Amino acid sequence: MTTTVLNAASDSEGGFTAPGPASFELPPVFSIGDFDVTKPMLLLALSVPLIVGFFWAASKNKAVVPGRLQFVGEYVYGFVRNGVARDSIGSHDFLKFVPLLFALFTFVLVNNYFSLIPFLQFPSFSRFGFVVPLALLVWVVYNGVGVARHGLVGYLKHVTVPGGIKGPILALIIPLEFLSTILVRPATLALRLFANMFAGHLLLILFATGAAYLILDSGNPWYAPVGVLSFVMGILVSFLELLVLFLQAYVFTLLTAMYIGGALADEH
Amino acid sequence: MDGNLNMIGYGLAAVGPGIGIGLIFAAYINGVARQPEAQSRLQSIAILGFALAEALAIIGIALAFVL
Repeated sequence: MTTTVLNAASDSEGGFTAPGPASFELPPVFSIGDFDVTKPMLLLALSVPLIVGFFWAASKNKAVVPGRLQFVGEYVYGFVRNGVARDSIGSHDFLKFVPLLFALFTFVLVNNYFSLIPFLQFPSFSRFGFVVPLALLVWVVYNGVGVARHGLVGYLKHVTVPGGIKGPILALIIPLEFLSTILVRPATLALRLFANMFAGHLLLILFATGAAYLILDSGNPWYAPVGVLSFVMGILVSFLELLVLFLQAYVFTLLTAMYIGGALADEH
Repeated sequence: MDGNLNMIGYGLAAVGPGIGIGLIFAAYINGVARQPEAQSRLQSIAILGFALAEALAIIGIALAFVL
């Protein structure tokens, strides 16, 4: 990836080429026949043994008084179970969705934090194709449990007719609610994660390549202090990213839990 | 220097959701300051409102790159 970014920064003679969507189209690491394996695919595959290995190690030596590793594992699990699932779905049904929410949270979190780990430095979910299956899975689950709970017609009525509304205004409300609940939700769920990862990583590339260009390649020594400023901004944005990466994993899980909770809720 | 007018348009479009998200979290902080025990209930509502307001900015960034 380093070579692509450096090429992008200095490919035109003397000028600086700003990074864009093309900076995310990495060359394949290796190919199997016609099938190119790229860096985000490898990162995605790497995240699974990391998560499974960590929680396996954390729960291997179970003790009543937890050790450090067990404490961290239990803290993350408790955060998803109590802070996200129970509060959003309700204490009656939440337990059977905890595995899904926990898997989603850790998977998204680890893949997001790849963005700031040296040498990995690429958030897998800045490629839209990796986000779409997650959002589709969530869509199938929350609509599936809604249909299973209320029946197809009952579920459609449940999501499109808000309680307490009667009369001709329903002609306006029903299409709007259908659009927002069934069609727009999965699209924004996928786009939110993708756009945040994409924009954050683009900002980091911009400050890093900008600093490199201003200090090393610009040929004007007066540009160097601005390059140092750009470098410092890059470090500050990295700290902002530390927060955003966690927040996006949290929001993705929380919204999944809320959608499931909304689909399961009884008429009131 | 080359660029795209879409990006200026996106910058303008992001003002609306920016104000909206600011108002949502201002109300959330106000609520928690007045009644700290309501935090867990207010938090999920605030995040939901934030997600809905942010959706506009997200649709904007998607269109800025697509159009």
